[in-house]
Amino acid sequence: MGDWKTITVPAPSSDSKNTSQYTSEKKMSPSSLNMQQVLRLPLPSSKSTHSFFSAFCTEENVEQSISYLNRELTTLGFPSLYAESKGKELNLISILNCMNELLVLQRKNLRAQEDVEMQHLKLGSDMDHLQNCYAKLKEQLEASKREIVGLQERDRQLQCKNRNLHQLLKNEKDEVQKLQNIIASRATQYNHDMKRKEREYNKLKERLHQLVMNKKDKKIAMEVLNYVGRVDGKRGGWRTDKTEARNEEEMYKALLRDYEQCQKQLLVENAELRKVLQQMKKEIISLLPPQKQKPRERSEDGIGPVLSDLEDDVGELNKENMWELSCETVREQLTNSIRNQWRMLKNHVEKLDNQVSRVHSGALTDKDVISREDHELETEKLELEIQHCKEMIKTQQQLLQQQLMSPCDDDTTVLLQDCYLLEERERLQEEWKLFREQKKNFEKERRSFTEAAIRLGLERQAFEEDRGTWLKQQFLSMTCDSKYLENVKTQSATSGSSDQDNHLMNTRSQQKKPRSLSSVPTSAELCQTIQHTPYSSSPCAISNKTTEESKPNQWEEIYREETE
Amino acid sequence: MYKRGIVQVWSLEQPDWHCKIDEGSAGLVASCWSPDGRHILNTTEFHLRITVWSLCTKSVSYIKYPKACQQGIAFTKDGHYMALAERRDCKDFISLFVCSDWQLLRHFDTETQDLAGIEWAPNGCVLAVWDTCLEYKILLYSLDGRLLSTYRAYEWSLGIKSIAWSPSSQFLAIGSYDEKVRILNHVTWKKITEFEHPPIIANPKIIVYKEVEKSATVETQKLSFPPTRELASSLFSIPSKYDISQVPMSLQYIKPVADRANPRIGIGTLAFSPDNCFLATKNDNTPNAIWIWDIQKLKLFVVLEQLCTVNSFQWDPRQPRLAICTGNSKVYLWSPAGCVSVQVPMEGDFQVLSLCWHSGGDTMALLSKDNFCLCYLEREEVK
Repeated sequence: MGDWKTITVPAPSSDSKNTSQYTSEKKMSPSSLNMQQVLRLPLPSSKSTHSFFSAFCTEENVEQSISYLNRELTTLGFPSLYAESKGKELNLISILNCMNELLVLQRKNLRAQEDVEMQHLKLGSDMDHLQNCYAKLKEQLEASKREIVGLQERDRQLQCKNRNLHQLLKNEKDEVQKLQNIIASRATQYNHDMKRKEREYNKLKERLHQLVMNKKDKKIAMEVLNYVGRVDGKRGGWRTDKTEARNEEEMYKALLRDYEQCQKQLLVENAELRKVLQQMKKEIISLLPPQKQKPRERSEDGIGPVLSDLEDDVGELNKENMWELSCETVREQLTNSIRNQWRMLKNHVEKLDNQVSRVHSGALTDKDVISREDHELETEKLELEIQHCKEMIKTQQQLLQQQLMSPCDDDTTVLLQDCYLLEERERLQEEWKLFREQKKNFEKERRSFTEAAIRLGLERQAFEEDRGTWLKQQFLSMTCDSKYLENVKTQSATSGSSDQDNHLMNTRSQQKKPRSLSSVPTSAELCQTIQHTPYSSSPCAISNKTTEESKPNQWEEIYREETE
Repeated sequence: MYKRGIVQVWSLEQPDWHCKIDEGSAGLVASCWSPDGRHILNTTEFHLRITVWSLCTKSVSYIKYPKACQQGIAFTKDGHYMALAERRDCKDFISLFVCSDWQLLRHFDTETQDLAGIEWAPNGCVLAVWDTCLEYKILLYSLDGRLLSTYRAYEWSLGIKSIAWSPSSQFLAIGSYDEKVRILNHVTWKKITEFEHPPIIANPKIIVYKEVEKSATVETQKLSFPPTRELASSLFSIPSKYDISQVPMSLQYIKPVADRANPRIGIGTLAFSPDNCFLATKNDNTPNAIWIWDIQKLKLFVVLEQLCTVNSFQWDPRQPRLAICTGNSKVYLWSPAGCVSVQVPMEGDFQVLSLCWHSGGDTMALLSKDNFCLCYLEREEVK
């Protein structure tokens, strides 16, 4: 459509604003411009529409305008306005159709415009929103960037500081090391110098020593007034001989004595400590709770078999001889068992503590543990009981006193006091009498017993003697008479003891025989032997007094041998 | 008489017996008795040799190369053996002699740089040998010369200053320049505890006795001319008594001069009580104070603070009673029952410089520069 700017449209004064707006904004053809203007204005006043309409088409340019319109419409695709024949007749139907089409088109366009404007608004608001968001995010980004920079700066500073401190530490350590090295080197230097000086000093000392010794100074002497001299007037010499062995022995003895004493003390201490440990162990075992049948507490089940094991161990270790041993295994066993039991006791105490704390918090429903309130109630009850008892005691005391004090005059009280005492005294006396009688009886019995014992002893002695003599007689009777005669002849020459020994030797060799014989001699034989004994013993009575005394001993020996 | 080189001996029982030993040009540096009382050991000048003079037989013997140190000769308590420190070719040796016939029993070298002292344990079976103060090292040798153990507490700083054996030979207390006392036990020769000597006492369980001066009141009526002895002494010295101080308290602390040798710091003196219950120590940093430690509990028991520097202290050989002298004219006694300050009743100025107990336990000799005074302690009658 071309810009028909040449056609000036006389804008009415009332609508000049709108038109000027539109003319300034859009380069539109006046025709469409006009159309728009017409459509835009709602309910345009008839005057204005007329004015508009009259603006385009006036009475003069009707045909021009019709042909113009026709041209425009045909180019837009509408059917022609004219009738088919080329004339000036207008096709009303096509005009109306065109008009309708144009209206529809206008409406569509308006709708589209509305949509577009709506969309435009939406987009505008979205863009605003997005711009705000963008602005905010940009700010946040800036802020965080600044923060990062700040933190980085701080981090860098701290790392610097750290490095500095490390450096300082290293420096200090180096310095310390250096100083130590210096000290060490100085020490060696001083030692070396000292040694050098000392060697020099030693040389001087040697020289001086030589000088001193060489001088043979008469001044070096010792004077003792009233000197207690030796017997021969000589000076005593130094004993530098070999008494070394003796000295060494003494020294070692002294050392050994000291070590033995030390060891004794340590053994005693050891034994005491061991006893204490054993006691402790027993006490710990007694403190631990007895085995309870609680399936839910597995730990106790675990303790159960352990306890039984320990009891076995305890049984073993309770043997006396094990205590005395000081070998490694026993010591280890003891310490391990004590450690285990201590651990168990600790666990037990911890459990109890937990339970107590649970009671405090009030969440315990265990029946075994006495709750605090019950405990307190019990204590209160006990206190009340104690009070009752105390009161009772007081009242009883008072009653007693009253009883004692009730008789008003002194005589009765004295009598009453006395009567109690008299009763007691009489009882005591009776008891004393009984006691004394019993004592006498006991003494009598004792005396009789001792006498009986003495008699028994004497009888036994006599019996032994008789037996001895009887046996002797038996043996003598067993031997041949020649020997007996020989013995009688040689009695005076040889000492009796050797004969007796010979007898003994003979009898010893024949000991088995009498054993086989019956041990109890008959009375007849006894008489025989008794007759013989004075005969045999009389010749040697004088010379063999000692042997007679020793006879019973010797016979006792034989007797003992026999009995064995 | 060291300058003249003469030793004079008198007999206490036979007053007309007198002996004079002249060392002549050899000079005399030190002299001591042998434990049997029949020999005198003289150390000649420059520690050239030790001369053993026998008083009974008038015979002489020489020991070469003795060491010039603080405590070079040590006798066992029973007097059987003598240990002598020697130094040959820049090495330290120890010689053990039998005192009865002066025979050399053992001769062994020690692992010390520069031996400073030796001391026998009271049971006579262990010899403690300690090194110079530049090195903290103490060696323990048995009677037959075997090395039993070595103990070093620390390196580089100044080391041992003094040691003391407990009377039962169970403990060995070592006082060092770091103001601590370390106690070793005789079974393992390892440290069982260490005692510190801080200048501020804070524990309220410790009793602190402080010597204070009693205000002297001179009664004018009693003044007379010429002044009596008591008055004279009281005019010269102010009586003092002990007060119990409140804990916490701080002791007088002397900062040592840093660049001098042999600084006055560290534990300079140690002594065990005869019943093995207490240990008395003196820290040279706080020279006015004596610290008494309870050995059964291994804790500090009592601190005594004097007005002047403590010169010496010694335990009574029979009971736990400590006698202290500080260079004035008083002697101080401490026992677990309490403590007392006693004025020495002498004319004029009597400065008690050192003291010495008699082995019987009830008598004490107080020595000043030129005089000495015998002090008898009365026994309390138990009725």
